[in-house]
Amino acid sequence: MAKITFDGIEVEVEDGTTILQAARKIGGKVVPPAMCFYTPLKGSGGKCRVCLVKVSQGSAKDPRPMPKLVASCITPVQDGMVVENTTNEDVLNARKSIVEMLLINHPLDCPICDQAGECNLQDLSYEHGVSAQRFEEERRTFNKVDLGPYIQLHMTRCILCYRCVYTADQITDKRVHGVLGRGDAAEIGTYIENVIDNDFSGNVIDVCPVGALTDKTWRFKNRVWFTKPLDAHRDCPTCSGKVTLWNRGDQVLRVTARKDEYSEVEEFICNTCRFDKKEMSDWTIEGPRKIERASVISANHYELPVVNVPIIPNLPKSAKKDLPNAPEQWNP
Amino acid sequence: MGLKILTEHINVPGIETLEVYRKHGGYKSVEKAVKTMTPEEVVEEVKTSGLRGRGGAGFPTGLKWSFLAKPEGVPRYLVCNADESEPGTFKDRWFMEHNPHALIEGMITSSYALGANTSYIYIRGELMFILRILEKAIAEAYAAGLLGKNILGSGYDLDLHVAPGGGAYICGEETALLESLEGKRGNPRNKPPFPAVKGLFACPTVVNNVETIASVPWIVNNTGAEYAKVGIGRSTGTKLISASGNINNPGVYEIELGVPVEEFIYSDQYCGGIWKGKSLKAVVPGGSSVPILPANLILKTVAGEDRLMTYESLADGGFVSGSMMGSGAFIVFDEDQCIVRNTWNYARFYHHESCGQCSPCREGTGWMEKVLHRIEYGHGHQRDIDLLVSVAKQIEGNTICPLGDAAAWPVAAAIRHFRDEFEWHIKHPQEATTPGAVYRGQLNSVTA
Repeated sequence: MAKITFDGIEVEVEDGTTILQAARKIGGKVVPPAMCFYTPLKGSGGKCRVCLVKVSQGSAKDPRPMPKLVASCITPVQDGMVVENTTNEDVLNARKSIVEMLLINHPLDCPICDQAGECNLQDLSYEHGVSAQRFEEERRTFNKVDLGPYIQLHMTRCILCYRCVYTADQITDKRVHGVLGRGDAAEIGTYIENVIDNDFSGNVIDVCPVGALTDKTWRFKNRVWFTKPLDAHRDCPTCSGKVTLWNRGDQVLRVTARKDEYSEVEEFICNTCRFDKKEMSDWTIEGPRKIERASVISANHYELPVVNVPIIPNLPKSAKKDLPNAPEQWNP
Repeated sequence: MGLKILTEHINVPGIETLEVYRKHGGYKSVEKAVKTMTPEEVVEEVKTSGLRGRGGAGFPTGLKWSFLAKPEGVPRYLVCNADESEPGTFKDRWFMEHNPHALIEGMITSSYALGANTSYIYIRGELMFILRILEKAIAEAYAAGLLGKNILGSGYDLDLHVAPGGGAYICGEETALLESLEGKRGNPRNKPPFPAVKGLFACPTVVNNVETIASVPWIVNNTGAEYAKVGIGRSTGTKLISASGNINNPGVYEIELGVPVEEFIYSDQYCGGIWKGKSLKAVVPGGSSVPILPANLILKTVAGEDRLMTYESLADGGFVSGSMMGSGAFIVFDEDQCIVRNTWNYARFYHHESCGQCSPCREGTGWMEKVLHRIEYGHGHQRDIDLLVSVAKQIEGNTICPLGDAAAWPVAAAIRHFRDEFEWHIKHPQEATTPGAVYRGQLNSVTA
């Protein structure tokens, strides 16, 4: 076991845990954001650099600080490590600059993007972005590509997190897409026009932190904040069958895997569940899905919008009672 | 002329053949090392010599070797980094072309010191003809029993392979090189784990530059203490300098570390002065990624001392008024060269060569290039200068590998020392875009 101090909070974790996982154990406001790291995917992380933190004391044995900011998602903890995240000006500035870098070639087409409302980049920019744009040059653009009947790739929005590449590597038999080219000309692609076709290919949509990979059965059907998420399951021969349904009335608009507060899927699901089972009768409904994310989809109409708790002056007691797990970060 | 450790016999006709090479004392170090020394003794000699990595970072080689993890039953590898692609650097290419056996001898001796039984020379893909030269030399060494099983009857085995890269600058970064050598896309790895613990094929690996490895035989033959006597302070031994730019005699020079920069530029032994008798404007002393220095600061430090060709002296003053030894690519600019155009050229290179894995470098290098392109072609704004400084700062230190720093430093340094030239470009776009027009105003001089 290793004891570390993260933003002044002491936490004890297993040896070999990364700083980010230790911070997630604390939870709440202090957790660094992560755009490329994805717990279920081995080898992910270290690329987007938004989770950079300052290690002001390397370990109890060697108290020297680390010379540069380190990526918390891939740096293992040492006993006695002292880490600064929200308490360090340099870290916040670095994060701001990286958000700016991520956005300079991003089309910022949130109004017409299906990911809007549950987009990690959108949340990140709200929290750490700058309001002014300094980039005057032409943005890089790509044409939209259909990767088979279900998935559309809109490379212009991609932030090259490599999550979809790791997903295809690790949960499907054969990866047919990858990163081509280098620098800001790098793109996700299949090189020769190809179809991503296997039972689990749809999961690349779930792991995509932005709207680069979208579900063609869902595109432009609705805004995510108008839909109601329901936990449901079915007896599926290929996967666990545990999913979240996104409904409008009793019409199933979209099926996704269940994601936790860091947008990480609990269990990958198969394409049959995701794309073909769009009837309520296909599913056994478990109940409303609680979305525990600092994003607009958290406000999913089963309760009073959590975001507004501090804003609404005379919130009726009954409303508060419905919010036992109101996320701390929204309290004034 | 000073002592020649690497290039003593380089002009001997036929030195690329084993026969001639051996006639001139070649492979003595292999004999000495495998027959009379333990691997630890060789490492100790290299440590004593104070030899520092010649690829750019200048990390002490002996120390690097001693960090190599030695778990039981796991193979260890030595990889020679011959992916020399820094703009302005051409020493390794020249050295391997003319004296391939010197590198192979170094590889055998160094592999013996590290206990590696398989070693690789990773050479950039553009140098296919050198790959053939090396392969021919390796075949000769195998035939002579210098490679393969039971080298010279000592019981030590070594296989040496040459592997070509695809010609990407990023594969000169050691972990990207290892990825590429494993047959993957050449993306740098996250560190830790360092290659000394988990390198090639997840085994402990040392990656060294061609020149570093080629220096080892001399150290083994003549002892490390003798090597340490050459040079000044912690900059020991000799160094190959690739001199280019507006000088009378461009080429590769082997210098004893400690030669004054002024002597190096103006002496007929070396660069032979500035081309056509023009005056010196600036020098990039260590390859395109190190900060550029204006004439006054490259010849003398802020304290008024002569700047010497050593790791310490070139870095004197930090990044405010100093630079770095880097890989020893000495690029000289005369008064007619445009710093803005040159900076844009470097930025274009890094934009093209960024691997695109981590966001600050992928996006930032392109951004800097585009802004510099605008300034160079007369569409700049005054605010662009501060923007460039800020973008360079945002990239620096936030990336996985040093390519981000390498892209940021030259831009930041050019603006630091030649800000008025940038301003002139922006204020007078008409003049600035006229072919041959160069800003000739007073150079910024940095004072402490």
